[in-house]
Amino acid sequence: MKSRFVFSLLAVLVLTSLLLSACGGAVTEAPVATESPATEAPAATEAPATEAPASMEGEGEVAIVAWPAYIERGANDPAYDWVTAFETETGCKVTVKEAATSDEMVALMTAGGYDLVTASGDASLRLVYGGTVQEIDISKIPSYSNVDPRLQDAPWHTVDGKHYGVPYQWGPNVLMYNTEVFPEAPTSWSVVFEETTLPDGKSNKDRVQGYSGPIYIADAALYLKARNPELGITDPYELTEEQFNAALDLLRQQRELAPKYWGDYLLQIEDFTSEGFVASSSWPLQVNLLQADGQPIASVVPEEGATGWADTTMMSAAAPHPTCAYLWLEHSIDPKVQGDVASWFGSAPAVPAACGGASELLGTEGCAANGFDTFDQIYFWKTPIADCGNGDTSCVTYDRWTEEFTAIVGQ
Amino acid sequence: MLNRLSTFLYLRPKLVLALLLLPPLIWFLVVYIGSLFTMLVNSFFYLDGFTGQVVREFTLKTYAKLLIPANVQIFARTTSMAVAVTLMSIVLAFPLAYYMARFASARMKTFLYLAVTLPLWSSYVVRVYSWKLILAQEGIISWFARLVHLDGLLNWYLSLPVVGGPSLSVSATGIFLVFVYIWLPYMIIPIQTALERVPKSLIEASSDLGATPVQTFRTVILPLAFPGVIAGSIFTFSLTLGDFIVPSLFGNSSFYIGKAVLTYQGTSGNIPLAAAFTMGPIIIMSIYLLVARKLGAFDAL
Repeated sequence: MKSRFVFSLLAVLVLTSLLLSACGGAVTEAPVATESPATEAPAATEAPATEAPASMEGEGEVAIVAWPAYIERGANDPAYDWVTAFETETGCKVTVKEAATSDEMVALMTAGGYDLVTASGDASLRLVYGGTVQEIDISKIPSYSNVDPRLQDAPWHTVDGKHYGVPYQWGPNVLMYNTEVFPEAPTSWSVVFEETTLPDGKSNKDRVQGYSGPIYIADAALYLKARNPELGITDPYELTEEQFNAALDLLRQQRELAPKYWGDYLLQIEDFTSEGFVASSSWPLQVNLLQADGQPIASVVPEEGATGWADTTMMSAAAPHPTCAYLWLEHSIDPKVQGDVASWFGSAPAVPAACGGASELLGTEGCAANGFDTFDQIYFWKTPIADCGNGDTSCVTYDRWTEEFTAIVGQ
Repeated sequence: MLNRLSTFLYLRPKLVLALLLLPPLIWFLVVYIGSLFTMLVNSFFYLDGFTGQVVREFTLKTYAKLLIPANVQIFARTTSMAVAVTLMSIVLAFPLAYYMARFASARMKTFLYLAVTLPLWSSYVVRVYSWKLILAQEGIISWFARLVHLDGLLNWYLSLPVVGGPSLSVSATGIFLVFVYIWLPYMIIPIQTALERVPKSLIEASSDLGATPVQTFRTVILPLAFPGVIAGSIFTFSLTLGDFIVPSLFGNSSFYIGKAVLTYQGTSGNIPLAAAFTMGPIIIMSIYLLVARKLGAFDAL
């Protein structure tokens, strides 16, 4: 139900921002972020802006920009609630602003007024280099040492040895499929990229989808990495002009097969229940919800591997409520909270202790089911930058990804 | 005290006028013109692709981006959709409006008036969603088509280029149908109002002078009702140009102006490009209004 209002909310947001900008100086609470020149290195960001308050007395609220279904207060299912207890304990009232894409998160954080954001890897570095988020003092987060060692210093939130966030959840972008059409799990992403006859004897044309975000180009590149080794793709986010163009060609080919790309997870659920779609890149969340609804749906990580997301809770450089924000950061890596989120969203927790039964909802089997052991098969979302990682600085940057993606999918 | 004030004001009619006009003028200047102006200014900035921050330097490269083929196609697609929706709305609205204005009894008229405006009482988004149930591949229309063995016809139609697609809801036709449904009341009411103002005596005079009903309609009724048609078409045309909800829920992920603006502003934070995009409909609407004036639509005003 939520996302049905997202559009009207957005409309209101657009109007409000217009009004505010029209009134000039009215936006007094606008973030400091805009003041720091875009080109400045992240090192320029002040060291943890807020000195540790002696008494950890919160400001009474904390505002978080989060992916849908990431922060639940029991409104959808009373068992899934990791907010109420935090609010009673700390006195910090949590407000959540849902965002459906990484670009939207960056836009919201740049606009300001929020304390925290659950940024994926394709947003986190942009936030760091843009000066929108501040360094996190991990000594103020006692449980940080419990975080999965594979994530503690991950490059999407650690720049020059400085931490800009606390890992929250991660998971693969799975291949979701209809089990009536695929009696056996498809082994390759080719079912969504190449025109083929599916096991039910009909073509896959008009029955597959892709994800509607520029970062989806990486999914095409990942498929080419395995399918077309002579292109020499090593990292689907570091593409030379030639590799990038090959990925775009593959997307153009897919556009002929895929009548629409999904952006809203609720709409994708409808597409799979009443529009006859049978295979698509998806999140485990939709798989869980469709299965719970009794639909013949399953998911797989195909042989090419998968792109995935590793989300980090980051703190705005102009956070209005830093103390509550630190309290939330500590709360967010509590093993029970981590397990509950993982169970609800179908993701893998950032804290291994969550897998051992700390959360009844996730149980002891949940981690494996949600892909906790697929870490090495996943190419995590990260912002494509000019630096190819091998000294070459001619890789295609993210603004080109956005433009080209819009030009292909928007047609 | 109050007496003195009223005397004071009575002697200065210009002041009274100024006081009365001030609030709407401020509203108009600050909120309306002001926001348009901010948009204009923003459209001359550009976005740093990596950091996602707007760089406040004068540049024309944001406008240059509007002219790439993909974006030109968005404008063309949206404009032709708006034209199609407007024409269809006129075709559907005119007979009903004509009936309401000329033939319906008082009670029938009230009933029809209510029926036309009733949908406007409920939420736009809810009504749009309900169309998903109607147009879906396993929705009401295809169910009905199967029932009466017309599914061959439906499939043939969906196999056509441009208007077709895998299902009605995932096609341009779906967008078209929903738009026509949503904006129809905005067309019926102005036409009906215009038709009501056509004096009966003129029509009688026309037939007394030997005109056939078709001639009367063409030379008397239509010209007099034309301002109403134009007023209605301004609603349907401009509303279709800017809408982003219908193209997000229906159609094949193709961009329309409203959706492109939403994507650039709302999701990529590319306010300059979104602002430049918005200049598109403003220019298209200006051309439209100029043409309408040429056609004499505002002569009666």
